[in-house]
Amino acid sequence: MVPISYYLVLSAILFGLGVVAFIFKRNIITIFMAIELMLNAVNLAFVAFSRMLGQLDGQVFVLFVIVVAAAEAAVGLAIVIQIARNQRTLNVERVDTLKF
Amino acid sequence: MSVELIVFFAFAAIAVAGALALILLREPIHSALALVLVMMSIAVLYLLLGAEFIAAIQIIVYAGAIMVLFVFVIMLLNAGEEERTNLSRLAHYAGIPLGIFLTGELAWFIHGVAGKLLSAHAGAVSTRELSTLLFRSYVFPFEATSILILIAILGAIVLAKKEF
Amino acid sequence: MEFVAQHPILVVSVVKIVVLLILTLTALAYLTWFERKVVAHIQSRWGPYFVGPHGLLQPLADGLKFLFKEDVLPPAADKFIYLLAPFLAFSLALTTLALIPIGPATVHILGQPTRLVIANVDAGLLFLFAITSIGVYGVALAGWSSNSKYSLLGGLRSSAQMISYEVGLTLSVVGVLLLSGTFNLSELVEGQQGRWLHFIPRWHVFPQIVGFFCYFTAAIAETNRVPFDLPEAETELVAGFHTEYSSFKFAMFFMAEYANMITVSCLATILFFGGWLSPLPATWTWTHSIPAATFLLCGVLLLQDAVRRHRGLRQIALCVLSAVLFAVAYACSHPGLIPIIEGPFWFLAKVLFLLFFYVWTRGTLPRLRYDQLMNFGWKVLLPVALANLVVTRYIVLVLNR
Repeated sequence: MVPISYYLVLSAILFGLGVVAFIFKRNIITIFMAIELMLNAVNLAFVAFSRMLGQLDGQVFVLFVIVVAAAEAAVGLAIVIQIARNQRTLNVERVDTLKF
Repeated sequence: MSVELIVFFAFAAIAVAGALALILLREPIHSALALVLVMMSIAVLYLLLGAEFIAAIQIIVYAGAIMVLFVFVIMLLNAGEEERTNLSRLAHYAGIPLGIFLTGELAWFIHGVAGKLLSAHAGAVSTRELSTLLFRSYVFPFEATSILILIAILGAIVLAKKEF
Repeated sequence: MEFVAQHPILVVSVVKIVVLLILTLTALAYLTWFERKVVAHIQSRWGPYFVGPHGLLQPLADGLKFLFKEDVLPPAADKFIYLLAPFLAFSLALTTLALIPIGPATVHILGQPTRLVIANVDAGLLFLFAITSIGVYGVALAGWSSNSKYSLLGGLRSSAQMISYEVGLTLSVVGVLLLSGTFNLSELVEGQQGRWLHFIPRWHVFPQIVGFFCYFTAAIAETNRVPFDLPEAETELVAGFHTEYSSFKFAMFFMAEYANMITVSCLATILFFGGWLSPLPATWTWTHSIPAATFLLCGVLLLQDAVRRHRGLRQIALCVLSAVLFAVAYACSHPGLIPIIEGPFWFLAKVLFLLFFYVWTRGTLPRLRYDQLMNFGWKVLLPVALANLVVTRYIVLVLNR
């Protein structure tokens, strides 16, 4: 029987790595992927707590988080495609003017 | 060392390795594949926690659709290697220790309250119970997320068009 | 032997996996032979005939050819992903076969009682769809990593087609789930027992005929077969995503496609055609000797063909083959083995019928253009599957009142 705290520590480590990737990477798509990693870490914590308390609300919430992540990824990547077409770069440090 | 513990540590190690690969690899497509590896190992951890339906949904939706979308966009935009810039020297030296500090503090706090956490209940959750809860207590958020997806579809189509 | 006693599940699973792998790889090879023969006969010619009697050694010759060809690596290709893609496609195609139950009986392997399935998972159907949806990566990564325009376009088109038809595939199955109420594949088959009017079996294909046609169409599109194989047809984009692959890596894509065909047909038999259940009522006891009679008939046909039309080594080979079939027929008539053999026999007969349907479609229908294909998937197949779902739900609700 694996203690629930192990899952929570793993979730914290993954979340921390997601934050590091978000801060350090310069390619906008990689930054998006770091956001997805953070959401996954949070989902793991939700499911772990749902198991601990014996209630299923945590798992229902995980479904909603997955759905919202899907919607966000779709719209976000569409915006990224437009930026890439206009500015011809995927480096977030180059896209730093308000007017193209 | 029960089998469950071995499986947990193996897949936790794979997940952390995948997350490290996401940070350290230079090509975005390799980072995307590393993230798919992380998602699959998290799905196995969901199975260990008894959430069969959520594990399958994680693979079908997250690893099988959302990440495919990421891979498509990387292919279409032909995203090349990460460039190296000199602008972030301070973040480079102060960032990694601070990141480790953040994670370590969270882990330490969790271990401090580990004694107060109850132990896990046994057995797998049936999909029937989950769907009963979803469609009775949470039916309003369910319908709201369906409208959200519709808005996201429309938004993605309009935003990615070449000509208006 | 104590190792077996201490770890019964592990040893029995390994034995089952080895047997399944051997059977599946042989079946894959002979499925290519079957397809070439059937397409040839549709086109009024004979197909493979000279390599071994009736072309039966043709798959072996093809395998040797694939092994001995030159192994090409495109110069600017992304090496890791280029090598990963065929491996991913092939291993995922084989993994899905672990979930499929072949028969109801409980056999004894090394003294342990076990069912005829490797992994009897409660959410089996969901995991099958999960593994199918990961299979898209094999195609997309192959197209990208080959560093060639044809491959990239073919890979993008093929993977877009696969994810579009995946939605239709999963929706067309929900009607069956409403009728049976479980994701477990063995229980899905057991829910189809019984008969209406003492004669018509209670299979899901009869109330869900629309669902079956939606499922099969989506399955043909999902496995990239004619009429939906524009991304990989030879007259179109050279060869699509596997243009730059040669020798064994191409063979892995090839085998992955056939393994996907087999998996989808197995799933269709379980969901719609009653899996291992016999179509004839069990009260007619003569039906227990149908497996033996089938093998006997095949043996007799092969023997008379060997005697009449072949000479020399081929004649001897065909006689040996028919002797093997006679031995199998004799084994099937043994009363102790009948419960074990009968389930898998009907299951394999139905899968073979569906595979014949696949090959028949390939020989008969023309190819759809890519925009016609995508239109069909989103604007026709998806609404029909949704309508099927709504109508099924309504009828189930009314009948349960």
